[in-house]
Amino acid sequence: MATRGGAGKIMMSLNDVSLTLGPNQILQAVDLQVRPGESVCLVGPSGCGKTSLLRLAAGLVEASSGSVKNHFACTAAVFQEPRLLPWRRMLDNIALGLKARGVPRKERQDKARELADSVGLAGKYALFPHELSGGMQQRVALARALAIGADFLLLDEPFSALDVGLRNEAQELVQHLVVERGISSLMVTHDLTEALRLAHRVIVISGSPGRVVYEHQVGEPFAGRTQAWLYEAAAHLLRQPLVNQSFLYNPQSEMV
Amino acid sequence: MTMVINNTLNANEYHLRIIKSSQEGNGYSVHSLKEQGIMSRLIKAGLGWGGSLTGILLFVAMWEWGSLHYGSFLLPGPRDALASIHNFSQEGELWGAIWATTWRAMAGFAIAATAGLVLGLMAGLSHTLGRALEPVSTVLLGIPPIAWIVLAILWFGSGSMAAIYTVAATTLPVTFAGAQIGARTLDKRLQEMGDVYCVPGWMRLWDFYLPHIVSYVFPALITALGVAWKVTVMAELFATEEGVGAGLAMARVNLDTAGAMGWIMVVVVLLLIAEHGFLRPLQKRMEPWRQGVVQAKS
Repeated sequence: MATRGGAGKIMMSLNDVSLTLGPNQILQAVDLQVRPGESVCLVGPSGCGKTSLLRLAAGLVEASSGSVKNHFACTAAVFQEPRLLPWRRMLDNIALGLKARGVPRKERQDKARELADSVGLAGKYALFPHELSGGMQQRVALARALAIGADFLLLDEPFSALDVGLRNEAQELVQHLVVERGISSLMVTHDLTEALRLAHRVIVISGSPGRVVYEHQVGEPFAGRTQAWLYEAAAHLLRQPLVNQSFLYNPQSEMV
Repeated sequence: MTMVINNTLNANEYHLRIIKSSQEGNGYSVHSLKEQGIMSRLIKAGLGWGGSLTGILLFVAMWEWGSLHYGSFLLPGPRDALASIHNFSQEGELWGAIWATTWRAMAGFAIAATAGLVLGLMAGLSHTLGRALEPVSTVLLGIPPIAWIVLAILWFGSGSMAAIYTVAATTLPVTFAGAQIGARTLDKRLQEMGDVYCVPGWMRLWDFYLPHIVSYVFPALITALGVAWKVTVMAELFATEEGVGAGLAMARVNLDTAGAMGWIMVVVVLLLIAEHGFLRPLQKRMEPWRQGVVQAKS
């Protein structure tokens, strides 16, 4: 399996990583690398340990064995839910990471305003999260991650709660603001077409404990990834026996 | 404690409300919706005030009726009570008593609020400490205020200290429980977000912990405030020479029922001013992100 992806040295790597939480082994012998500017998507059935893998990469949990190395200067994350502070206005939410880094108020507000504009939330600066729709909240979360100038972004099914139209919009934002700007990313999704749209490389994780079962380099440039191409590519991927098996109903995966 | 539970219910209600309002937002002209909102809010507020006024007038009417029925010695009417308040004010007792009672209640309340908040926070954040302090709090909650007064008089003698101590001891468990539950229910997912963004400790306290805890502490503080006034008056009845409670003791000695009624009115008015004139506006100011809920409730 060729894993050329982006050019340059490996910035983030999981080497032979296993994770055991309590009595359950979640991940077993996982190898994964992310290169500069590379967009990697993890797909797989629910309960296969995708989110745990992301938490390992974020440094939120320790690997039971193996090693996790992250050489990126600044790592940020967008979670499945927006996780905004309900008591802070939109701009303050976007500027959260900057505040944590001690950036002066004026400067971080300017930066936050700029980012709010770029994710299409101009003029809503003073609203509280509950005054924003679900899609808007998720865009605030994306802006918050971009605000700290991250060179590595972790995305955990960030669009799974959005409807089809909003999801399409959000994917476009990620494509323009993250992938095309050369920010490395590791994104978890259960949607194959979403992965194929945004990734340089798609990794299929499956089983219990989860392991990497298939890797697919996406050769098509982003401009050429039309709706028709996406369906075609997804169908092609699903025809691979290993991928097919992991996406079929598997009673074992439900037990985790 | 029930106040605290109510508060979490409100939070749920408010999430539902958000979902509803975001659904309503689609497809309608925003302008007309806003106008409708203001109109219906005015009508609602009017009805609310009218409703409260009706309740109060009904109560006063029944009081007056009872007074006419039983005679003004057993049950002096509202006018008798007002007359005796006027009387106290002319004799110069009134303001001195109000001041004495207010500062004792407030001093005890302030001590209980500060200590309860600090201890409750620590107990909520550390499980070990929580387990150690919880039974103590339950024991304190179980001791009747009257027992505290007896102890306080034995320890501090008669005077302000005894009243303040009693207030602090009886309201402490209430604020403690509020702060503890607030600290215990911090959202783990927000904590994780804080970890990812390397949020330093001071900022966590200010931006993550305090706003959440405040939303639990306020209902507890409002409950504690009510308790503080009542306990102060009771402590004064036994332990002091001045204050509303002392006035009540005087009224008892003189068989002055109208005077007793007058003092009761004074305490109720003081409590209402403290709650609606101070604590609730403060809560509204400190929690603008909850404004939607407050308006929805009133």
